[in-house]
Amino acid sequence: MNDWLLALLGTLLFVALAPLFAAWVKRVKCWLQNRSSPALLQPYRDLRRLFSKQVVMAETASPLFVMTPYIIAGATLLAAAVVPFIAVNLPTAAIADVIVLAGFFSLARFFLALAGMDVGTAFGGMGSSREMTIAALAEPAMLVAVFTLAMVASSTNLSTVIDQILAQGLVLRPSLLFALLGLMLVGIAETGRIPVDNPATHLELTMIHEAMVLEYSGRHLALIEWAAQIKLLIYGVLIVNIFFPWGIATHNSVTALAIGAAVVFFKLMVLGALLAVGESVLAKMRLFRVPAFLVLALTLALIGLLSHIILEVG
Amino acid sequence: MLEQLPLYQQAILTLAALVMFTSFALLAQSRVVPMIHVFAWQGLLVAITTGLVAFDSGKHDLYISALLAVLLKALFVPWLLHRLVTRLGIDRDEHGAEHPATVLLIGALLVIFCYYVAEPISELSASVTRNTIAISMAVVLLGMLMLVSRGKAVAQVVGFMSLENGLFFAAVAATHGMPMVVELGIAFDVLVAAVIFGVFFFHIRDSIESLDVDQLNRLSESDE
Amino acid sequence: MSTSLLLAVTLVLPLLSGVVASAADHRPALMRGLVFPLLGVAGLMAVGLGGHALLQGTSETLVYPLGLPWLHWHLRVDPLAGFFLALIGFVVTAVSLFGPGYVREFEHGKQSLAVLGFFTGLFVSGMLMVVVAADAFSFMLAWELMSLSSYFLVAYQHRNAANRRAGFLYLLMAEVGALTILLGFGVLAGFGDGFSFAAMRAAPLTPAWASIAFALGVFGFGMKAGLVPLHAWLPEAHPVAPSHISALMSGVMLKVAVYGFIRFSFDLIGNVHWAWGVALLIIASITAVFGVLYALMQHDLKRLLAYSSVENIGIIFIGLGLSMIFYGTGFPLLGTLGLVAALYHTLSHALFKSLLFLGAGAVLQRSHERDLDRMGGLLRRMPWTGLFFLVGCISISALPPFNGFVSEWLTFQTALQVPSLESGVLRAVIPLAAAVLALTGALAAACFVKVYGTAFLGQARTRRVRRSNEAGRGMLLGQALLALACLLSGIFPTLAIDAMANVTRSLTGQVLPAATAKGWLWLTPISADTASYSAPLVFVGMLLALLAWAVVNFILRPAGRVVTVRSDAWDCGFGPLSARMQYTATSFSMPIRRIFAPLWPGQADAERDARTGPGSEARQTRYQVRTGDVTWKWFYRPVVQLLHATTRRVSRIQTGNLRHYLGYTFVTLLLLLWLIT
Repeated sequence: MNDWLLALLGTLLFVALAPLFAAWVKRVKCWLQNRSSPALLQPYRDLRRLFSKQVVMAETASPLFVMTPYIIAGATLLAAAVVPFIAVNLPTAAIADVIVLAGFFSLARFFLALAGMDVGTAFGGMGSSREMTIAALAEPAMLVAVFTLAMVASSTNLSTVIDQILAQGLVLRPSLLFALLGLMLVGIAETGRIPVDNPATHLELTMIHEAMVLEYSGRHLALIEWAAQIKLLIYGVLIVNIFFPWGIATHNSVTALAIGAAVVFFKLMVLGALLAVGESVLAKMRLFRVPAFLVLALTLALIGLLSHIILEVG
Repeated sequence: MLEQLPLYQQAILTLAALVMFTSFALLAQSRVVPMIHVFAWQGLLVAITTGLVAFDSGKHDLYISALLAVLLKALFVPWLLHRLVTRLGIDRDEHGAEHPATVLLIGALLVIFCYYVAEPISELSASVTRNTIAISMAVVLLGMLMLVSRGKAVAQVVGFMSLENGLFFAAVAATHGMPMVVELGIAFDVLVAAVIFGVFFFHIRDSIESLDVDQLNRLSESDE
Repeated sequence: MSTSLLLAVTLVLPLLSGVVASAADHRPALMRGLVFPLLGVAGLMAVGLGGHALLQGTSETLVYPLGLPWLHWHLRVDPLAGFFLALIGFVVTAVSLFGPGYVREFEHGKQSLAVLGFFTGLFVSGMLMVVVAADAFSFMLAWELMSLSSYFLVAYQHRNAANRRAGFLYLLMAEVGALTILLGFGVLAGFGDGFSFAAMRAAPLTPAWASIAFALGVFGFGMKAGLVPLHAWLPEAHPVAPSHISALMSGVMLKVAVYGFIRFSFDLIGNVHWAWGVALLIIASITAVFGVLYALMQHDLKRLLAYSSVENIGIIFIGLGLSMIFYGTGFPLLGTLGLVAALYHTLSHALFKSLLFLGAGAVLQRSHERDLDRMGGLLRRMPWTGLFFLVGCISISALPPFNGFVSEWLTFQTALQVPSLESGVLRAVIPLAAAVLALTGALAAACFVKVYGTAFLGQARTRRVRRSNEAGRGMLLGQALLALACLLSGIFPTLAIDAMANVTRSLTGQVLPAATAKGWLWLTPISADTASYSAPLVFVGMLLALLAWAVVNFILRPAGRVVTVRSDAWDCGFGPLSARMQYTATSFSMPIRRIFAPLWPGQADAERDARTGPGSEARQTRYQVRTGDVTWKWFYRPVVQLLHATTRRVSRIQTGNLRHYLGYTFVTLLLLLWLIT
């Protein structure tokens, strides 16, 4: 029972911190580009404002349009609940393994893409079409990276994987190196960051995610934005906790949890800074360059898989 | 198992995987100057691996090989190629393969094929580097794939050189290096080859006004 | 009543319904009052009979004094047959609820209702009999009954020339397939000394002959199931049949082919070889990704669904291929897992594909539209059909917590167990197949976003669609039944897998001990540490998460204000949006069409034609993309050419000279004499 409570608290913390991570990335980006950055609490204020605003909905919107933000936020929340954040071995982690986690994201994406087509504008359809295309191409790369991970740890349960990697100690594994790189590229594509999509743009012809949510406003938009922030944080936590799990709490004492929290904050700060550097250095790609980007991700993941098979076991 | 090996042996394996990655990067890279940079990195990685193998096996002449590799593969040849493309004025050209995704996937299948072929060989050996035989073979075949899939002469030269990197790597990995004389001979050959390629570039361009090797079809006697 | 009698009644009831239907031309009410209810009862009986055999794990062989004098009909209800019997029965039940409303459309049409009802009865009876047949003779008889009666159903609307062509193609390929199956049985019977399955099972096959039999089986059953490149009849035949028949063909008849394949290779041939599995895995992976890519390009709803069936057959065979690899390399437990994954996907696909075809039928009946590019906004006009269709779309896109996800998850888990294999190459190749499966799943999601988005969402594109209204109550009930089954089999996978234990036990003597070891809540195929999925908790969690967000919303919104207004959609300030500005199905799939362009030869031409209109101020621009099936070019045309060349060579002996013919006779006689000495 205690464990379940802890898992619940962890999830709440996760959801509460997601906007902060987005704000941190933005802040580092502003520093790099010599701009003054908004306050770290700005995303919270934005969300609060959106929740209190009135909702303007298109005449042609169907009930699915209203349901979608809740489903997206719900699936993302569920995904956040199964990701080991500060501690491993929480009971929620057994509900879903990493493939189910990908399934939650697919579910959210499915509904988001449907909502994009619901109102019947050209932009929505454009965004949906692009989003589903990119997701389809990202999926094999993601799965091969996950496979590599699962073969290294002989499990797809996230907490087991982390336990295994902790137990092995510091091992230089080419497979994990490439899986990490592949997963990072997939993460960039899936969370709609530069160079695949630009979360800050509303330029009609280049937007993907923003095109689908163009018709949303008020609390619905707030839910979708929040879910996007949670998704970004999930990818961040996955990367830091799987590939650099050291410091995560393996038992539920207060000190271990405190250390775990501090360490994961530090790791996320570094990762966020890296993401910001990447976004400042790169320019957004043309849509039809994205397949090449994802093929690169697939190649990296495949090299990881092959080097595991050839170099590490054989 | 990997986790029981000492750290520098793990590093050898990781470097081997990185060498393979540079081969893929060469396959995918379409612009000339970054391609030469990747090639230089590959040379450097091969050299570092050689150094580590020297440390691992205690063979001191491998240090010389490593030094040679750094000088030749990581510094001189890339520098020469770089100078060439600048002087030919093609440093901003795009020389990509026609279907990069297909080529990369064929590359992945080649690696599996190499593994299949090299498995019986590597079972004979007991050293740490036995598993890298498949990788070095893959580097050779990926170099050949690059030769086949690219139309421009510069890319083909880089492919050829990377193929040679693979051979060198195979020698280091499988047998802890060839006799010094052979190695010096090969190094010299590569050097001469690089220079001759340079001369040929100018001649090819002068005679057919392009570095597109498909244009060489015109030299064929048969009418089409 | 004894099983023997029950089975006989189950098989005869559909025939009876067919006979009754013969009178339906004069009294259409018979269809509603008797024909479909009889089918429904037969379906329920099949569910009961099959479910009983499945859950009890019993096998009963029954001999009926019919058929050849020296070979009576052997029928056998074992757990495998029971599984498929129940599956067919369930879908038939749903269709019999849907049917009465649907066939009203044909009451005043030019075609005869009697024909439709008669052959439907034969078709259902044939399918039910295939799965219980226990000797080659009755199997082939039932198989032909199924094939021939479905030919008449495909060609039902025969006034359309395209339908006649589709029917002919179907008949041709079905018969070629049946011929190879017959040859396969012949090989087994030759070694086993008898046509009953029991004799074939005991046949001592040499590895070479076993491989030949297997190849014949893959060809014959694969042709019926729709493995690429033998699928060509499928996207032609399935769409032209009446929709409830399409549901039966796609949802159930393909499963009968899967049944035949499992029976033939796992049961009758026995000792599977791992190399067969590799071959099957490669074919299946190509089938899966090919099917979904072609489905994405279609804008005819039923044709799209047919191509998507090809994809799902690919997924099922990926599971079977993995299973064979693991059985063949001495990992029976993992082989069983693969088999369970394949069976689960068979179940899932039967449910959601029938559901989708019934939905497509409802849309077709109400809007008279099959072209996605002309639909739109149907969700507001047909809310219930829209809801059930959405369930089908979610299931087929393999999204949790519905059933399509469970089966794909199981297939992934099977593929993930490669580290236990000794061959390094297999360890490297199987993950590639899994990557193809992942690509397939994601493309399927894209495909069904396209379908749902263009058909049910947005605005209506034509007047007929704008005027359509909700389907009748019976039609909705049939869909609701299937939708509910999709959800339940997604949420309670452990119960279904427990039931399947008897199938695998009777087939290979293996069960999965760990799959449900931690109780019905947890699905743990290998062990709890390796992978676990709790579908019920995911479902509950999903509901809780929705509730949580509603609470957040309630807390954060300011009190006492109405905060929703309706307005026009954003039009960039240019004026009203029209339905024609929406993304169509064709435009939706454009990026994918461009990325995978080499798969559709000729499509580039179509686009270029569209661009070079007469002058820059063309009054009307037409944009049409035709994407023909590439297998016609790469597979069928060479085969046909080869056939032509061979026949031309053979025809040379037809000289027309009488003395030559006499000479042939003479030579033949000499040869025969020489042979018998």
